[in-house]
Amino acid sequence: MNPVNYLYLAALLFTIGATGVLIRRNAIVVFMCVELMLNACNLALVAFSRMHGNLDGQIIAFFTMVVAAAEVVVGLAIIVSLFRSRHSASVDDASLMKL
Amino acid sequence: MENLIALLIAAPLLGAAVLLCGGRRLDAVGHWIGTVLAAASFVVGVVLFADMLGKDPENRAMHQFLFSWIPVGGFQADVAFQLDQLSMTFVLLITGVGSLIHVYSIGYMEHDERRRRFFGYLNLFLAAMLLLVLADNYLLLYVGWEGVGLASYLLIGFWQHKPSAATAAKKAFLVNRVGDVGLSIAIMLMFTTFGTFAFGPVLEATGEATEGKLTAIALMLLLAACGKSAQVPLQSWLGDAMEGPTPVSALIHAATMVTAGVYLIVRSADIFNAAPDAQLVTTVVGAVTLMFGAIVGCAKDDIKKALAGSTMSQIGYMVLAAGLGPIGYVFAIMHLVTHGFFKAGLFLGAGSVMHGMNDEVDMRKYGGLRTYMPITFITFGLGYLAIIGFPGLSGFFSKDKIIEAAFAKGGTEGWILGGVALLGAAITAFYMTRVMLMTFFGEERWRNQPTASPAEPDVEPAAAHHGAAASDHAAAATGEPHPHESPKVMTIPMIVLAVGSVFAGGFFSIGDRFIHWLEPVTDHAHGNPPISAGAVTASTVAVMVIGVGLAWLQYGRRPVPVVAPRGSLLTRAARRDLYQDDFNHVVLVRGGEHLTRSLVYVDHTLVDGVVNGTAAGMGGLSGRLRRVQNGYARSYAVSMFGGAAILIAATLLMRAV
Amino acid sequence: MSFPLLTATAVLPALGAIATAAVPAARRTAAKWLALIVSLATLVLAAVVLVRFDPDGDRYQLTESHAWIKDFGVRYELGVDGIAVAMIALTALLIPFIILAGWHDADPLETGSKRWRPTQGFFALILLVEAMVIISFEATDVFLFYIFFEAMLIPMYFLIGGFGDRAHEHGEAAASTQRSYAAVKFLLYNLVGGLIMLAAVIGLYVVAGNFSLTQIAEARANGTLDMATSTERWLFLGFFFAFAVKAPLWPLHTWLPNAMQESTAPVAVLITAVVDKVGTFAMLRFCLQLFPEASTWATPAILVLALISIIYGALLAVGQRDIKRLVAYASISHFGFIVLGIFAMTSQGQSGATLYMVNHGISTAALMLVAGFLISRRGSRLIADYGGVQKVAPVLAGTFLIGGLATLSLPGLAPFVSEFLVLVGTFARYPVIGIIATVGIVLAALYTLVLYQRTMTGPVKAEVEGMPDLRVRELVVVAPLIVLLIFLGVYPKPVTDIVNPAVKQTLSDVQKKDPQPEVEASK
Repeated sequence: MNPVNYLYLAALLFTIGATGVLIRRNAIVVFMCVELMLNACNLALVAFSRMHGNLDGQIIAFFTMVVAAAEVVVGLAIIVSLFRSRHSASVDDASLMKL
Repeated sequence: MENLIALLIAAPLLGAAVLLCGGRRLDAVGHWIGTVLAAASFVVGVVLFADMLGKDPENRAMHQFLFSWIPVGGFQADVAFQLDQLSMTFVLLITGVGSLIHVYSIGYMEHDERRRRFFGYLNLFLAAMLLLVLADNYLLLYVGWEGVGLASYLLIGFWQHKPSAATAAKKAFLVNRVGDVGLSIAIMLMFTTFGTFAFGPVLEATGEATEGKLTAIALMLLLAACGKSAQVPLQSWLGDAMEGPTPVSALIHAATMVTAGVYLIVRSADIFNAAPDAQLVTTVVGAVTLMFGAIVGCAKDDIKKALAGSTMSQIGYMVLAAGLGPIGYVFAIMHLVTHGFFKAGLFLGAGSVMHGMNDEVDMRKYGGLRTYMPITFITFGLGYLAIIGFPGLSGFFSKDKIIEAAFAKGGTEGWILGGVALLGAAITAFYMTRVMLMTFFGEERWRNQPTASPAEPDVEPAAAHHGAAASDHAAAATGEPHPHESPKVMTIPMIVLAVGSVFAGGFFSIGDRFIHWLEPVTDHAHGNPPISAGAVTASTVAVMVIGVGLAWLQYGRRPVPVVAPRGSLLTRAARRDLYQDDFNHVVLVRGGEHLTRSLVYVDHTLVDGVVNGTAAGMGGLSGRLRRVQNGYARSYAVSMFGGAAILIAATLLMRAV
Repeated sequence: MSFPLLTATAVLPALGAIATAAVPAARRTAAKWLALIVSLATLVLAAVVLVRFDPDGDRYQLTESHAWIKDFGVRYELGVDGIAVAMIALTALLIPFIILAGWHDADPLETGSKRWRPTQGFFALILLVEAMVIISFEATDVFLFYIFFEAMLIPMYFLIGGFGDRAHEHGEAAASTQRSYAAVKFLLYNLVGGLIMLAAVIGLYVVAGNFSLTQIAEARANGTLDMATSTERWLFLGFFFAFAVKAPLWPLHTWLPNAMQESTAPVAVLITAVVDKVGTFAMLRFCLQLFPEASTWATPAILVLALISIIYGALLAVGQRDIKRLVAYASISHFGFIVLGIFAMTSQGQSGATLYMVNHGISTAALMLVAGFLISRRGSRLIADYGGVQKVAPVLAGTFLIGGLATLSLPGLAPFVSEFLVLVGTFARYPVIGIIATVGIVLAALYTLVLYQRTMTGPVKAEVEGMPDLRVRELVVVAPLIVLLIFLGVYPKPVTDIVNPAVKQTLSDVQKKDPQPEVEASK
């Protein structure tokens, strides 16, 4: 199978994820979309690794997973505490970070 | 002997320092300290004079070097003095007449609480004037020159609580400063032309400089002289300077200040001699001022202002004579000395009259005072005869010579200048007779007249001693005056000056003494007028008689109205100093106010505006940019994606190129 | 190794500043005395510098040199020439008077006011400024100079913003707004100038490879260091801009009136008489020595700016209603004279300019400090609020008049000597500019006498009635300044003797000679 097709799939997943981040208000969904984008990247990295015949891409993919795991821990904690204080998981309700 | 020169200046300077720093402790004796130190300076002057007479006329000049003042590269200014016959003449005049005025002031200022300070200022005035005439270079002369300006500022504005006095003082200083610009530029020109500005080297080297440079220097010196000597167009301060106490007027007009300009021109004779154009301008300035002062003097009802007009006119004579070159220098100085006597006498007399009249200055409220104050009348009368040039008295000799010299200039100029000088003599006779008649003759117009110049809420403090007790003062100020003779301390100086007014001219002229005395310094050439000297003298006497006669017709025969009539166009113009002040006010004062106000506006809106505008612009820009930070996480995400897209696009584009 | 005298002169006030700041809050008076004693000790050290300095000796004396940042060739290099010695003496001389005049300026306000006025801080900051100014005068390393040139902005910022007049016509809140506006304006103006200079300093390093003034100047003189004409001009402009802001030269002047108006009189004196002098001093030391050709190139433009400053400052002074603003604009006019003298490139002009810096410091201090005493009595800075003071407080009026007369350069007082030298020096090379500048002396008389007339003469105003005359402390401040003004007016030779050789050196750096007179008069 032509590895370029994996790249197309990765691009598709990434676009779906990015669109989700931009249009959804629910923090959990936004969060999952971010995960989707990360995984799209992982897919692309692995595909590149295959195409170039070295392991660099795969190594970076592992790093990405670690980072994603760490992000889940921090991100979910923030979302939970936000939900506790505001009784809402909408990202637009938390707009205090402005000048 | 040379070492005494510094003492001439040191004595009054010490007086000024002691009196001004001494504080109230010296109030009781301050006037005596001032007077004694002024007199001490006079004594030193006499000693030096006696020493000088004993020397050969060509070697009379003395020098004293004190220390190097400003040494920078080629610019070498020293504090050094030069005493030659010209300076000596001035020293004796300044210290002699100055001391007499000090004595007079003891009486005149007796009841002024700030008398000590007054004497301090008087001493400062003498010191500055002596420095001016004793300096051996132009820069040191400049110090004295401005020192005189400062002292006059302090003295004219002595009664500072009167706004008019403060304004007059400021005006005098400012107008003088305009003249000082001329002196500064002249010194700079000398420095660039000759590399020095000491009298000796500069005057010796005049032959080597171009005429253009010399003309420029001479014109700048003339500008300086115009400021200090109140010549047109810088004459406007002199009339207002009458705001000062009367002894100050006497000092400014007779012994110091206004004579400085004449001194400067005569001192710089070599420069003027080599610049005929500048000389012509000098004579024109002199002639114009002569007429200006005389016309103004005819219309003033204020006795001091009438005398001020007269001073302007007489100094005009001197400047005219000085502009004539070697045929006039000696006579300019001679007239200056005789004028010093009679003008000091006249002013002190006027002060004495005011003293006896509750400080009334309006001559229309005088009249018939000769019986009440006989000594004042006689001394004032002698001064009057001297100034109009009554044959045999001082003014006759000096003024006649100037008129003769003016004719002797030759050509059309000679006729015009001589004619103007003659006409001036007639007008002098007219206005001085007017003063005399209005003050001492005619009916006693002060009867039933509330006096104490209504325009001035603050009467001169000298008025305080009229009532026997202080409680009388209010009544005396508003009621009828009681004319009385002044105390001896005031009349004695007047008598001495009257003697000088009578005999000085004759003494100087016998055997051409004065000419021989000054000749080594100023050069003297005998002028040949186109008409005989006898004819000039005869016409001088004739015009004087005409002037006196006209004045008698108008003010002697007919009663003088107490309220000034409206008068002719010329009279009204003359009362307003020929509109010169109005011109100054409209053009300089108003114009200046507008200029500064608009500049303040420009500075605030334009220069500062650019800066504040930049700051405001930055603030506005950041205000706009702030709106991007709206707190919505998703909008941040949009900008992030957008930024990433732009970056990628840019990278691809770069690669493509 | 000999005793590092120059370092000591700068370090002593710095240590004094720390010590003063460390005095406990309750011991306010002790802090004041400590500051005064330190400033007097600094004056003694400055006097030692003055005595040890030999006018006819080497160009830079009492030099100290240590490696500092080796990688960039930055050295700790100090050295003084005659001009620097004069400026150090002036600074050390004025600080004790400033401290004494501001004795009560930082006292806590009456109870109930929320403003916090740390007395110790006020005096510590003044000493800190002194230390930085002195080291700027001493530095012969461009980088070292730059650091302190910029660093003195910090204490000055706090002095202007933190300690205003007690009195303000629009109340405490307005005063506070105005003060911070003035302080920020001061800071921004000088920072912008400083940053542009920083660029030029780095540029100089790139071209020359080190920061040493002496080495670069020497290399420039004997041709081993060549700069492209345009490089030299850009670097010159970078340096000059910073100095022109500090000096301040028209049109970069508008921070000065605000800063002087809002700060207390002693701080205003500190700004105009001490800190600003670093600007004009640096023009002489850095602009002319490092970039002689560019200096010649820029001379016409700078002379015109100086001329505008003279006339413009004087005219604006006439139009002011606020006493302190008036003095500020008068100072702008005087700085115009100083710059004019420096760039006239004649020995009279530059000696005159150096002398002018000293004399202007003393005369402005005299005038401004007396004005401050006056303002503290009546509680207003507006000229119109005064009148007839002469009658109630003759000594105050008299000293004010003498300060004013010094400002208008009356002959016999010190400023006359310097002003005339500047005028003559300018006239010798540029007659027209010299003549126009001379007009400035009439305007100077105008604004001074108008100020005196409106405040001191006329009928006594009701609010002025009962105004006390100068107190002993105030007299102690003013009297020595007046004595100095008279002394240096009559006998300026001690200063000119020190300054002349240095000026001669500077002139030879720019390869200029005095114009010769047309006629060689027999001496």
